[in-house]
Amino acid sequence: MIAFVSSCKKEIQGRTDKTGALTPLNIDLNAGTWKPILLTGPTEFSVAAPIATTSPDYIIQINEIKTWQSTITEKERELVNYWSAGAVLRWNEILRELVAKHNLAPYQNADGTYPLPNANNPLAYPQFPFANPPYSARAYAYVSAAQYDALVAAFHYKKLYNRPAPYKVDASIQSLIPQSDLPSYPSEDAVVAGAAVEMMKLLFPGDQDFIQQKAEEHKRARLIGGANVRSDLEAGEALGRQVAQKFIVRARGDRAGAAAGTQAQWSQFETDAVAKGETPWISLDVPKRPPMLPLFGKVKTWLFDSLTMVTTLRPLPPPSTKSDQFKKETEEILSYSKNITREQIRIVHFWADGVATYTPPGHWNAIAADDFISQRFSEVRWARNMALLNMSLMDAAVACWDAKFFYFNPRPSQVNPAIKTTTGLPNFPSYTSGHSTFSGAAATILGYLIPGKKDVYEAMAREASISRMYGAIHYRSDCEAGLLCGNKVGAYAIQRAQTDGAQ
Amino acid sequence: MKQFIPNKILMLLIFLSVSWRSSAQTDIDAIMMEKNAFCAGGMYTYSSWKNYWEGTLKRSNENIGSITTQMIGVMGNYGVGKKLNLLFNIPYVATKASAGTLHGMSGVQDLSLMIKYRPVNKKIGDARVAVFGIAGGSTPLANYVADFLPLSIGSRSTTAMARLMLDYYYNSKWFATASATYVYRSNIKIDRNSYYTDELILSNEVQMPNAATFNVRAGYRTQWWIAEAVFNNWTTLGGFDMTRNNMPFPSNRMNATALGINLKYVLKKVPQLSLTGGANQIIAGRNMGQSLTANGGVFYVFDFSRKSTKSDHNK
Repeated sequence: MIAFVSSCKKEIQGRTDKTGALTPLNIDLNAGTWKPILLTGPTEFSVAAPIATTSPDYIIQINEIKTWQSTITEKERELVNYWSAGAVLRWNEILRELVAKHNLAPYQNADGTYPLPNANNPLAYPQFPFANPPYSARAYAYVSAAQYDALVAAFHYKKLYNRPAPYKVDASIQSLIPQSDLPSYPSEDAVVAGAAVEMMKLLFPGDQDFIQQKAEEHKRARLIGGANVRSDLEAGEALGRQVAQKFIVRARGDRAGAAAGTQAQWSQFETDAVAKGETPWISLDVPKRPPMLPLFGKVKTWLFDSLTMVTTLRPLPPPSTKSDQFKKETEEILSYSKNITREQIRIVHFWADGVATYTPPGHWNAIAADDFISQRFSEVRWARNMALLNMSLMDAAVACWDAKFFYFNPRPSQVNPAIKTTTGLPNFPSYTSGHSTFSGAAATILGYLIPGKKDVYEAMAREASISRMYGAIHYRSDCEAGLLCGNKVGAYAIQRAQTDGAQ
Repeated sequence: MKQFIPNKILMLLIFLSVSWRSSAQTDIDAIMMEKNAFCAGGMYTYSSWKNYWEGTLKRSNENIGSITTQMIGVMGNYGVGKKLNLLFNIPYVATKASAGTLHGMSGVQDLSLMIKYRPVNKKIGDARVAVFGIAGGSTPLANYVADFLPLSIGSRSTTAMARLMLDYYYNSKWFATASATYVYRSNIKIDRNSYYTDELILSNEVQMPNAATFNVRAGYRTQWWIAEAVFNNWTTLGGFDMTRNNMPFPSNRMNATALGINLKYVLKKVPQLSLTGGANQIIAGRNMGQSLTANGGVFYVFDFSRKSTKSDHNK
């Protein structure tokens, strides 16, 4: 048995732990002409011309790399390799990790009410934020969009100043990463890190030390790897931070801060549903918990305006809770609850993305990242595609939450307590399904970005959608209307993608 | 035929019945079957908890109420020789939550197989001292769901264990048995392809920490009766704590200390037949439910040596 035990290595390797260095098929040198999201243009923030590669200061910076390289440790080599897989990829993973860490609903107070996380005191319980699906959809969108705009600006200056990478200036510098013809000033890695750090300080204020440590490691990895001199990094980081500020201003005014609502607003949803003659949604948490971010449907969208959302995207009403159709659909969910198969449970759990996970938007980020790796996109194209995906996911969240609180429909287990669920019952109304809306949106834009996988993404979205019926937490109309709404949101992202100059 | 003193203590419990079940039999007591004798039986176990430890914080949860686990185990012990026994156990497990919407789970859990060897069995004055080495393991018999705690019926880990056990038997009536066990647990695969422990892991594979157990039992033991008190400690060697208001996860650091009692009675009119019963209570724990467990079993000894059935507990 000793032999058996010692032969069993238990260390887990994550899917992207050993992802190789990013070697883009196209360096996208002209990405400075792509259409930014918030910036008025690539030169809205200026970047000073770099010092000459023949100047004494530059020589000092070259020597700094040589010093690092002459004493390189195994751990530093690992760091270089880790970050060489891609700046957008790694920061997306870090963001997903923070979402999973913070995706925990607060425990109740002694009097049965629930405390709200406080951004100004993020480390006190309940820690800020509660990174639930709408919150995290918004986080992914802001980080991705800020990184994209910052990279568009960076690529403009890269082409303008055309400073070669250190290993091209001095042949004695080793490139521990693949060499590239992309000018190195300002550093695209530092731009991505700078934008991420600023955005994530806003979104995860209690994790600043962790975030800062990752940024330091990232910059060091680029120095040690011979990819950048210090001035490449400093210029890039400053640009990334400046661009992020513009997104922070937008975030502070996007109405998400008021999305938790008030007791009066929570009661109003119920009153309105009753006035329409419908059974209102009731929290099945004990003690009853206020619904998750009920005013998230009012948050400012990226891809269309609020009027479009109400006139074009808001789904038609669900079957009345008094209708035969509703009874029929409830019976269908009862039968999934009673007769679920092992394969259906696998599907439920694969897509559940519940407590302490990176949420459904994070799951679609993971799906996208796995595929983007094999597409060998440039950093700027990675950022552009992640921004398109995540703006779609956030807008899907807004549209879905609008429908949920406009219709305020009860969950199957509320209508029939015999309906037991094989995943956690989310604490917000049923119609429409968030998973379906997210998945419909993500599959649509991803199918456009990687046409060869369009059918695969659509099949995934259908599976994610129906998983909520198998799990006995959604009716069929929730899922069908959600998918459809998500598809429409994704179509707006395609419109943007067709006109952003990156084709 | 005292073979089956149900080792209640080790029964389920918890978020994870798992490896404890594997000791649900004689692999943790000092009783050996005679050569060519085969003892087979069934045991029913009921376990329930309302309070649990979230990390080290004790709490209850109105969204699940009480979690009950019921188990029917089919088990056997064959005497290859009086120094060497082979044991097996196959449980069927069903779980249920008394509140909230979560669906209970049920199914056949893990097959466990054990070899029990007694190299030393020596009389010293009025006492007899025996040393045992026990080795074995368990493996899932079905593709049940591991990642749905606290309602999963097991962890799906394949385990291997090694145990050293000492028994002191005085005046053919009073005994004390102590054992220490190391349990190796294989990694498991879950239905999702990422999860968060104290970091994000992008894999469907979960590293399962190994575990150690200590067990002390003492009481009265004759051919017809056994009455014992049992202390058991299970310590997971690694794993992580549940964070506040989080769900449990298979690789949590699950610890438990339990106290219990067991009885066994052999029918005088039908000495092949015995009845067992027991109960235990978890008194301290971490990342698991504070379960109270009770069980009852019936066992029958088949003698394939065509000699009269005897076990040697009082020799």
